Amino acid sequence: MSSPIKVATASLAGCFGCHMSLLDIDERLIDLVGHIQFDRSPLTDIKKVGPCDLGLIEGGVCNAENVEILKAFRRQCKILVAVGACAINGGVPAMRNQYSLAECLEEAYLHGTGIDNPQIPNDPELPLLLNQVHPIHEVVWIDYFLPGCPPSADTIFTFLDELLSGRPIQFAYQQIHYD
Amino acid sequence: MTNSFEIDGITVPFSNGQTIMDAALTAGIYIPHLCHNPEFKPHGSCRLCTVLINGRSVAACTTPAGEGIVVENETHELVTQRRLLLKLLFVEGNHTCPGCEKSGACQLQAVAYHCGMLAPEFVHFYPKRSIDASHPDTIIDFNRCILCELCVRASRDSDKKAVFNISGRGIQAHLTIDSPSGKLADSAFNSSDKAARVCPVGAILPKHKGYNIPIGQRLYDQAPISQVGDVAKHQEVADE
Repeated sequence: MSSPIKVATASLAGCFGCHMSLLDIDERLIDLVGHIQFDRSPLTDIKKVGPCDLGLIEGGVCNAENVEILKAFRRQCKILVAVGACAINGGVPAMRNQYSLAECLEEAYLHGTGIDNPQIPNDPELPLLLNQVHPIHEVVWIDYFLPGCPPSADTIFTFLDELLSGRPIQFAYQQIHYD
Repeated sequence: MTNSFEIDGITVPFSNGQTIMDAALTAGIYIPHLCHNPEFKPHGSCRLCTVLINGRSVAACTTPAGEGIVVENETHELVTQRRLLLKLLFVEGNHTCPGCEKSGACQLQAVAYHCGMLAPEFVHFYPKRSIDASHPDTIIDFNRCILCELCVRASRDSDKKAVFNISGRGIQAHLTIDSPSGKLADSAFNSSDKAARVCPVGAILPKHKGYNIPIGQRLYDQAPISQVGDVAKHQEVADE
């Protein structure tokens, strides 16, 4: 194997479940260590994405910061992959698309149960929410999709293993599911 | 001497009056389909069973089998076309698989797995649709309806009730319920109706038993639809 490939990862409007699934590949991580070097990722805490061979995006796009991060990833990554249901179709966060943004905020911060001092947060540091949650392919070009909520560790490992070895990417039947 | 024709090079026997789909199902050859159920009159609307006969596209569920015809089914072109149709179905509704009780036993998912769909890839419509939870035993989630008309046919032809119908045209087409309030609870629907057990997706679901079978142990979790067949067939067996 030649020099390690650079990989960046990010969780946008996701729950970090797909990142947990990546860690779930367990002792096979040791096989990957020599072949992969992490750039920006919650695993390294590097904040800015540099030039990478592979970008893995978990979660859909729900706010302005998500859009910026996603566009930065697209600029820097040769291959960009949508990992998991939320990146692919918005997933559970996109269920808010049934309501207006005002309705969502009012329910969460003004009229919901057990709310003390009701007010809609408006600190300038908070990224502005988009009207709807979007799948990431609606914002940038995506090269590959790994479905699942989350994609199983096996699916993620198969993908990385086949990508690293240059084989065509193929999955066993049980490795592809949308739930 | 029985009549026969060919599907992807395999000789398939048929009897008079059988469609290509009937003969294929009898012979154990899988042609993807969503709106077809052998118990009801073919509808030919989902177009997933489109096959080629001498280069002409036809719906396998409505086209009669004929002596010596040569049918193409699992070709690269047809599988790609089917994948396209499936992607359109996914973006047209709200199919949040991780939050759906039918997941794992859903025919829309299973056919998409069979056709190799990884993601819908088109712009999602996110239509605003409602849920009808008025009935004590059955819930209707309009977000997931794919307009296959199987409940319409089952209620009309089997249950003799005509509880369901499709109204509107094009993108406005939607499932309606025949009752004074438009709600299922006020209709003649009963959870023992045939119409309660034919939905290929999670649009008509029984209440109170959503997760009796855990995710991971469901019909299509381990084996593809080409081996285990339609979910409606299995629902019948489970109910008996």
